Amino acid sequence: MILLPIQTVLTQTVLSQAASVQVSPDQALADPVGIDGLGLVASGSIVLVAVLLSVWQQLGLGRSLILAAARAGVQLLAVGFILKYTLDPDTPLLVAFVWIIIMVAFAGWTAKRRAPEVPAMALLSALSLSSAAVIALGLLFGLGVFDFNARTIIPLGGMVVGNSISATVLVARRILDSFEEKRPQIEARLALGQTNEAASAPYLRSALQTALLPQIETTKAVGIVFLPGAMVGLILGGADPQTAVAVQVTVMYMVLGSVAISTTVLGLGLRRRLFSTDGRLISLAAEGMDVGDSSA
Amino acid sequence: MVVLFKLQDVELRIGAVQILDDITLEIDGGVTAIVGPSGSGKSSLLRLLNRLEVPSGGVIRFQGQNLADFEATKLRRRVGMVFQRPALFAGTAATNLRVAVPALSNEDVSQALRQVGLDPALADRPADRLSGGEAQRLCLARSLLVHPEVLLLDEPTASLDPESVTIIENLLATLTKEGLPQIWVSHDLDQVGRIAHTVIELETSDHDGVGRLVKQQS
Repeated sequence: MILLPIQTVLTQTVLSQAASVQVSPDQALADPVGIDGLGLVASGSIVLVAVLLSVWQQLGLGRSLILAAARAGVQLLAVGFILKYTLDPDTPLLVAFVWIIIMVAFAGWTAKRRAPEVPAMALLSALSLSSAAVIALGLLFGLGVFDFNARTIIPLGGMVVGNSISATVLVARRILDSFEEKRPQIEARLALGQTNEAASAPYLRSALQTALLPQIETTKAVGIVFLPGAMVGLILGGADPQTAVAVQVTVMYMVLGSVAISTTVLGLGLRRRLFSTDGRLISLAAEGMDVGDSSA
Repeated sequence: MVVLFKLQDVELRIGAVQILDDITLEIDGGVTAIVGPSGSGKSSLLRLLNRLEVPSGGVIRFQGQNLADFEATKLRRRVGMVFQRPALFAGTAATNLRVAVPALSNEDVSQALRQVGLDPALADRPADRLSGGEAQRLCLARSLLVHPEVLLLDEPTASLDPESVTIIENLLATLTKEGLPQIWVSHDLDQVGRIAHTVIELETSDHDGVGRLVKQQS
């Protein structure tokens, strides 16, 4: 019953208008901003300014800036081609699910590359991102906020995974540092007879707060300090600003929830890896990071 | 005298490093001191006794029962430990005591502070504003609150001024008289002479750098 007004509002404001953008783009894109190939290349001039600044200040970032911009361009263009197929209304749902699985696996691998010092990082991040995707998308589709099809599953799944990955890397590193720095306090708590969970709770909590704070601050500043990308994209694409805002609010809530879910799942999973089953805080340095058998 | 701990062919390996080898000994009541050069595994031997480390070989028994059969949380409440550097938690002195026993009343807090010779007025002082000696006594009070049957002390006076050393030694001597067995790790042989009934001496082997038992004498 409580959900009814939310659903109604979303149905009447977000969905109907958002759906008009998705289902009947010709109607909604009254005055779309068209960018042709030349325009795309011209937009690279902004990156050129950044490269010139780097050269001027001897930052040594010129090569990285060009490579990052080129890679992003190629990746997005490739994705654009694939999306054209997957977003077709006749595309089977299985394709969307396979896409999400590949995205989560790639994200796990990326997280492992960014934080190689964290034990089982690929597995833990893949698990935490999957949990966030299942819960966030499950709620959005279960409550009927968006239509359940490949056209919505893939971009929303991408938003969940893409926005959560940095936070999971941040929280994993923070937990590792915090547990090592606070080892004397954690062991003193263990020596008082506390369980692994109780002994590490204050330090896990602090790491999770650190990881979530940037997302909370971003959410608080939205609309005043900056206009988020999805909304800007919709407006430039010709959507009504109110429609764009409604979709953005929904996406923002989804991202906030996803980041909270993924960091919490990763935090709890990593804590299990850092303690042996018989209540000892494992020293990764002493164990040569070999914590595969944490019950030893 | 009742045997508290019995170690049989104990060895300890952490990662690729062998810390202790071939340790066979018995520890009973009173005050036992573990001495030896740096790196001989004194602290590791102490940590084995409340399962902050587990042996990679051999058996350790506490009051006749294999240590591996105890639930770690229950064992650690019976075998208390005070570390070399006071490990204080965020908050006041009272907060620190309530980590050991959450339901502690204000009167209980005062009593616990008095037991280790601290002024009850310190209860509301932030723990990070205590002196080294006060902080170590607070850690001792915290450990005593769970009523351990034996107390492990890893060089508890190593970083303290002489006055604080005397206060802690006197406090622990009182606890010994009250029947609380203690196992100390100490570098200070004069201190060992003052406090210990039994001495366990470890050495670091020149051959492989591993700590082994040299002798145990009462």
